[in-house]
Amino acid sequence: MRGRPNLYTEYQSEMGLFPTTTKKVSIALLGVIALLLPFNALPLFGFLGDSGWMVLVNKSLIYAIGALGLNLLVGVAGQVSLGHSFFMAVGAYTAVVLGGEAGKTVWGLGLPMWIWLPAAGLVAAVVGVLIAPTAVRVRGLYLAFVTLGLVFIGLFLWRNLGKVAGGPTTGRPWPELELALWRNMDPIISFTSDGPLWWWLTPINWLPWVDIEEMSGHAKTYFFVLFFVVVFALVSKNLMRTRVGRSWAAIRDRDIAAEVMGVAEAKGKTQAFAISSFYAGIAGAILASVVGRMIPESWDLFLAIEFVAIILIGGAGTVAGVFLGTFFVILSPRLVEDLTNWLATQVTEGGTFAWLGNLFIRTSPDDYIGIVSLDAYGPGLSIFQLNVVLFGVLIVVFLIVEPLGLYGIWIKVRNYWKGWPFTY
Amino acid sequence: MIGLVVIAQAVAQTPVEKFLNALGSGIALGAIYALLALGFVIIFKATQVVNFAHGAIAALGAYFVSYFATVSNIPGRWMGDIAPTLSWTLSALLAVALTALIGIIIERITIRPMIGEPLFAVAMITLGLDLIIRTITNDLMDNTNQGLGDPWGVNVIEIGVFRIAQTQVVTVLVLIAVGLALAWFFKSRTGVAVRATAFDQEAAMAQGISVGKVFAIAWAIGAGLAALGGIFASLAPRGAGVSPFTAFVAFRAFPAVIIGGLDSVKGAIVGGLLVGVAEVFAGTYLNSVSWLGIGFGGIVPWILMMIVLLVKPYGLFGTEEIRRV
Repeated sequence: MRGRPNLYTEYQSEMGLFPTTTKKVSIALLGVIALLLPFNALPLFGFLGDSGWMVLVNKSLIYAIGALGLNLLVGVAGQVSLGHSFFMAVGAYTAVVLGGEAGKTVWGLGLPMWIWLPAAGLVAAVVGVLIAPTAVRVRGLYLAFVTLGLVFIGLFLWRNLGKVAGGPTTGRPWPELELALWRNMDPIISFTSDGPLWWWLTPINWLPWVDIEEMSGHAKTYFFVLFFVVVFALVSKNLMRTRVGRSWAAIRDRDIAAEVMGVAEAKGKTQAFAISSFYAGIAGAILASVVGRMIPESWDLFLAIEFVAIILIGGAGTVAGVFLGTFFVILSPRLVEDLTNWLATQVTEGGTFAWLGNLFIRTSPDDYIGIVSLDAYGPGLSIFQLNVVLFGVLIVVFLIVEPLGLYGIWIKVRNYWKGWPFTY
Repeated sequence: MIGLVVIAQAVAQTPVEKFLNALGSGIALGAIYALLALGFVIIFKATQVVNFAHGAIAALGAYFVSYFATVSNIPGRWMGDIAPTLSWTLSALLAVALTALIGIIIERITIRPMIGEPLFAVAMITLGLDLIIRTITNDLMDNTNQGLGDPWGVNVIEIGVFRIAQTQVVTVLVLIAVGLALAWFFKSRTGVAVRATAFDQEAAMAQGISVGKVFAIAWAIGAGLAALGGIFASLAPRGAGVSPFTAFVAFRAFPAVIIGGLDSVKGAIVGGLLVGVAEVFAGTYLNSVSWLGIGFGGIVPWILMMIVLLVKPYGLFGTEEIRRV
């Protein structure tokens, strides 16, 4: 069937993970890129290996785990949830109670990671199962409000459960990402401290322009998270193309019709909530552990909106879209920040684009033109506020202009080049 | 919250007084929620849009009042010597009108292109709008409290042992006025057009109703009511002016909407009052129950909402969705 990639002669090949040669090649290429990324070894994109960018890349990968879970719930099963940050918090606090150090004011068992990390997912999943009956009874936008309520009730709980969450303004430290056999034993592998290159990564030195012996803590965290991302993405993809995921899609498309055809609605929704919450719990635990210290207020509505936005911007219901969405949402604020700072230097040094900077940035209290102020000159958004506003604008623009998200744009581009130079 | 506690505990109280005062404050708070919920329901009923930006719009409206009344003295500066109550009321009305205009602009730019798209996608747009408007409003008010310069301040009306703040009386009066005005409006020609559109957009169009105009009217009313709610939410004893927190107070009107039913005007008022009274009663009677923790009153609306939804999945007065295969 050469040259006719869309012609399937068996169901097996249609359901395949990587049905076409192009897909196999691009996945292999992505794998190589992922291996080179933390070592400043990518051509042109070497800067991504700098520690500032690595922090963001790691954050994107952790968010990708959570977003993969939410994608199963919202994109595949069609259950609208604004409560993802609640489930992440459940996971994170399970992790810190099991793995954190006990103090005068906080609980902590000091158990090793191989206990607290799976437990974080499992406890979140159990909470998800407890919430699921509500989703069976309440549907559509009403469900969105129930999950919204979860976030607020959760915030109240974390503020008041000082033994679990630490002080309302200080939070508490999370256990580090390191694998030890039992409490107080020396870690076998630490995923946070600098050290020599792991032996199984040495083959990358065969590339002519690569010569690495050390790897940073960020790079180790990166590989740790990447492992989970790959596993969770595969699980997610497999769920979507087999019986469970197809029953979810049936519920999403028309729940009564699905029931008539023999799909158990309550069971499907419960599965979706449980698995999505498992993802969220793991993501929350790793996020808190990598950040190191989280205050109760971090698990707020904004976090939940971020995840929903990631899915909608990326393209709901697709694994590739989740990745596009996360990297876009997490990395673009940094680009905005860099661009603004660059414009500011243009203004001070009188560069070619100084006029643009003057229009855009308030440089002194008397300067009334501009929407961004780098210092606190009264009105004028700070860079952080600018990013929040841009984030809101992005959500609005994407939903209006391209409802299928970045994945939809990719499909359009692909279809254009497929038929090039003809329009179809 | 602090102001409320002061009022509730200023005098030594018998259980009856405590109950009456809590009831008064509860109804006043409920009136604020009802105003916010009304705007929300009108937008939803007419345009099928769940407006998550409602809280942000409310805070924006309150900020306009603070700007007009305390910073620039509009329209008082052109009117010579007029009573402060009148000049403040005019500022407030101007702010409401301006917010209504912003509501129309929002509808035209972001909601109109989304007609026919799934409800959740439109709801997500309003969440994006919430981020935009809230951030800009917070920046305008320097992330701090901005007094609204209202003529009532913390004055209190005392009838025997019953004490209630003047602003609270005004809030309830405004709610009654708004309720009557809406009752009249929905009987008027335009109001009937709005109701027809809410019932069936295509059929309304076929009858010669300009659905676009109806959308604009609904958003204007909704945003205006949001501004009213925001203004009263930031007056004493609820708050000491508009602050970043105001938008979150307005968020608590959502449970009121859901309890009443997303598409029921009557439900918005009942739900609002119910939630307000429940919140104040929880604050008055459960504050001494230490294991419940601090700020339990704030989540009572949400808990109430979940209980109601488990019993009645479409709220108390909401229309049950008829589902077909």
